[in-house]
Amino acid sequence: MADIITVDRDDVLLKKEGFDDHFHDHHHEDKYKSNFISHYIFSMDHKMIARQFLITGMLWAIIGAGMSIIFRLQLGFPDESLAWLKPLLGKWITINTETGMGSLQPEFYYALVTMHGTIIVFFVLTAGLSGTFSNLLIPLQLGARDMASPFLNMLSYWFFFMASVVMFYSLFLSTGPFSGGWTAYPPLSALPQASMGSGTGMTLWTISLVLFVVSVLLGGINYITTVLNLRTKGMTFWRMPLTIWAFFVTAILGLLSFPVLASGFFLLMCDRGLGTSFYLSEIFIQGSALDFAGGSPVLYQHLFWFLGHPEVYIIILPAMGLVSEVMAVHARKPIFGYKFMVYSILAIGFLSFIVWAHHMFMSGVNPFISNFFVVFTLIIAVPSAIKVFNWIATLYKGDLRLNTPMLFSIGFVSMFISGGLTGVFLGNSAIDIQQHDTYFVVAHFHIVMGIAAFFGMFAGVYHWYPKMFGRFMNETLGKIHFWATLIGAYAIFWPMHYLGLAGVPRRYYRFDSFDAFGSFGEMNMFITIAAIVVFFAQLLMVINFFYSMYYGKKMTTKNPWGATTLEWTTPIKAGHGNWPGKLPTVHRWPYDYGKDGKDFISQLEPMAEGETEAH
Amino acid sequence: MTALVILLILVLVVIILIQVGKVNELASKIRGEEEAEQQSNNRTALFCLLFLIGFMIYCVYTGFIYKDIVLWYGPHISASEHGGRIDHLFNVTLFWTGIVFVLTHVLLFWFSYKYRSQKGVNQAYITHNNTIEYLWTGIPALVLVYLVAAGLDVWNDVMPDVDPNDDDYIEIEAVGQQYQWEIRYPGEDGKLGTRNYKLIDPATNNIGMDFTDEKTHDDLIISGDFYLPVGQKVRVRITSKDVLHNFYLPHHRVKMDAIPGLPTYFIFTPSILTADYRKRLKGHPDWEVPAEADEPDGPKRWEAFDYELACAELCGKGHYSMRRVLKVVSQREYDQWLKDQKSFYLTNIRNTEGDPFKGQLVKAEIASRSKDFLAAVEQAVSTPEDVSDDLINLEHVFYQTGSAQLRDDSKYELDNVVSVLNKYKTVAIELGGHTDSTGNAGANQVLSQSRAESVRNYLIQKGIPATRLQAVGFGPEKPVDTNDTDEGRQNNRRTEMRILTNNI
Repeated sequence: MADIITVDRDDVLLKKEGFDDHFHDHHHEDKYKSNFISHYIFSMDHKMIARQFLITGMLWAIIGAGMSIIFRLQLGFPDESLAWLKPLLGKWITINTETGMGSLQPEFYYALVTMHGTIIVFFVLTAGLSGTFSNLLIPLQLGARDMASPFLNMLSYWFFFMASVVMFYSLFLSTGPFSGGWTAYPPLSALPQASMGSGTGMTLWTISLVLFVVSVLLGGINYITTVLNLRTKGMTFWRMPLTIWAFFVTAILGLLSFPVLASGFFLLMCDRGLGTSFYLSEIFIQGSALDFAGGSPVLYQHLFWFLGHPEVYIIILPAMGLVSEVMAVHARKPIFGYKFMVYSILAIGFLSFIVWAHHMFMSGVNPFISNFFVVFTLIIAVPSAIKVFNWIATLYKGDLRLNTPMLFSIGFVSMFISGGLTGVFLGNSAIDIQQHDTYFVVAHFHIVMGIAAFFGMFAGVYHWYPKMFGRFMNETLGKIHFWATLIGAYAIFWPMHYLGLAGVPRRYYRFDSFDAFGSFGEMNMFITIAAIVVFFAQLLMVINFFYSMYYGKKMTTKNPWGATTLEWTTPIKAGHGNWPGKLPTVHRWPYDYGKDGKDFISQLEPMAEGETEAH
Repeated sequence: MTALVILLILVLVVIILIQVGKVNELASKIRGEEEAEQQSNNRTALFCLLFLIGFMIYCVYTGFIYKDIVLWYGPHISASEHGGRIDHLFNVTLFWTGIVFVLTHVLLFWFSYKYRSQKGVNQAYITHNNTIEYLWTGIPALVLVYLVAAGLDVWNDVMPDVDPNDDDYIEIEAVGQQYQWEIRYPGEDGKLGTRNYKLIDPATNNIGMDFTDEKTHDDLIISGDFYLPVGQKVRVRITSKDVLHNFYLPHHRVKMDAIPGLPTYFIFTPSILTADYRKRLKGHPDWEVPAEADEPDGPKRWEAFDYELACAELCGKGHYSMRRVLKVVSQREYDQWLKDQKSFYLTNIRNTEGDPFKGQLVKAEIASRSKDFLAAVEQAVSTPEDVSDDLINLEHVFYQTGSAQLRDDSKYELDNVVSVLNKYKTVAIELGGHTDSTGNAGANQVLSQSRAESVRNYLIQKGIPATRLQAVGFGPEKPVDTNDTDEGRQNNRRTEMRILTNNI
């Protein structure tokens, strides 16, 4: 019954109203189709590159989350033997010959913590999230054949891949991967004497991240150019879906901030290899006084956080965009306050550049300077609050389809609220005196930019999976995944607020060396168990993902969600070039759901007589 | 083994869930997709509502059960003067954000439930409403302005450095290194001496004090617990030898990075005695358990409580173990403790290879000797019937070799004698000269006599009436040590002062 072929109104409109760019769809002689390598590996098709980013990101997510499970075992069960991990971790588990107790080496514990952060922040939530959906959606939702430069786009993925290979290789070094925290503050990161991981591990870490910066820049410049130049006929800025706005601002943030990180790393490399003193001064370590003089470790922190703070918005903005779109589609209602949503994205993007030193209130910067950063940091809560209120108002009087993508969107809003509000505490420098570098911070940023960004990503994956693979993911598994993750994530991170309020510092290998921190064993055990459950819930999603690729419910219509945007007007299996014939022409904004008694009106549909654009 | 079983169970659960997913998909096909979707929609909406209720209960419940472990709802109030203001600011922020948290969550999940897709109900077409947008831009903005103002008010009171003209604070220094804190006190002069990282030698001079700077001579390196007096403003100079550390006193709301080459500071005033803080914890169930699990009859946790200094900036593999104990005590106890601490320089460096003043007297030594001497005389004078403490060795009186001529550096010790005699106007003393047993006994006798005389002359010259002074030469008759070794003979060559009476 579902297999009846209907002539879509889309096709009629595309033919009648479409914009002819003289695109020739060579189905029979298309080289991209005939060659496995150029189709699946060195592909220049943005849809394929998106899938490459997504799957690579998923692999990294499993590795990164798996690492967190190992160090959570250490924290939750410090007196249990980890000898059973010896086959996996080798020499990093030492076995006491008398008791048979296997314990995790502190060096490796710190390496795991460091790698977990680096991998999740950069490889999963930057490349895996923004890389995937910017690539997939920018050309499709703008009505473009591909990115402005498909070749640079391909390079962008392969630089990411190279960065991945280098980082992955560093995990197997005999001295271990880098272990000085994902922020890599010198002197710890600059001096191999200071930590085992600061030797070759750190060298590979910097090389990998410089390759990664190249990837981000190649991608970013492409996204920006595409948004500026390749919008189809009628697609004005005010008719772009919020996803595109989010990706656009994200790309600008990346383009402006990642080079600063690269230059920060460059100076660090000079200090490490060439004997310069940008960050180092008056150091006595391992029995000898070093010659460095006059440098300042605080300089590195400025350069790092000049990227580092925009980076958290690079992570969260795409998630916000995805959630706005998914929520409107499944609430069958326009996103509330479209223009305010756009202005808040722009405001967040702008403000994200002048708040970086709120990571450094307790780093020895002049306390007077902190005043400015407190002001801007708390101001950034205003556009964030506007977005939250608009999402909630979008649900008001909607016709909600509570499927998996919608649930993850709702979950995103919940996480963003919970994590965002704790930011109001931390952004106020006086409170930060106490909370800085405690578990309160860990809870804050994991909820607001870790879990929330993952929720945005999941919403996107479940929603656009049919677009990517022509099949649906399993709903039941999706819902189990959602509830397990929502409840589990709160079970992991909510108690951490209390740990932080009790003063427990982050990045501790054990807590029992201090009376003040050592009495929360049960809570830590609870957190670890929750983390393990959530980890397995994610594996469920991964299984669902790959299983559905081959056995999922087939997509039988082009526009299964009844969405207004252009990506659902392409054929189910769209070739390189997206639309076989003419390009779509856009006549209206993307959120006409429930207007004039119609469930939805596609962006292709010309305005009716006397109809006005609503926003 | 248990881990393996758990792993297997988890894998099984995953497999079962996948099967359930498949079955559900098939079932919905059979039942008709639309109806199945409707049912699942209703069920999910209900879950949303249940989650909301459960989550809110969870928040309140955990808040309630953990209120005694978090730092400012139970017994853990701030132990410093500024800390209370931080805690207050936290509570104010919690109040406002709490309102937003509850309100937005209730609306979010209530709407998710209420506006689930239902047959016959259509969505409303609402695109925007600028009035409400301005409202929910303006109100948060106002609240945030208030929080910023309140926050900066506290911040700008807590963080600025001390006025250099003030002297109502004590300054101590904390030096971080992998993986311990070194704590230095300034000693008598109240000033921390210069350090130079190039002078660091872990065996003899672990923080690189520059001993050519006399300010270092009385500095104290504290081993064991460090003490601070309650109610006294303290400026901690925070620095590091190697990588970044962070000076973190959780109970005092004190936290600041330690940076090599770039000293930072934190100023605070401890306001609760360690002993009083223990009393606050007494009676709380968490604190009424034995401090050591394997010693059920040992002290309770509250009895063993101490303020702890930790590191809060990742500094390498031992980051989690940089513990020191801070005792906050009364001024009197503090003074006593300080008195018992020995100058690092005088105990460890003085007259060794590393001493730039080897063979010369240094101010700290003179001051320290003067204090000890005064104490000895006081002791003797206050117990007139006890004669055992009436004999005091003038340790720092030296003569030119083989002569009775006083060396210049003897004057510090002799000036101590002068000031004591000026203080106790009724004291008369005997000055006794002693030699070792080498050489001619008669000559030694003469030398000791004339040495005692020259001390007497010095004192007379300084205005002490001759009637209060007697000079006696004992020669080698009264050795205090063996005459068979250099050291013993050195000890035997001495000048002593005996208090004859305190009643002339």
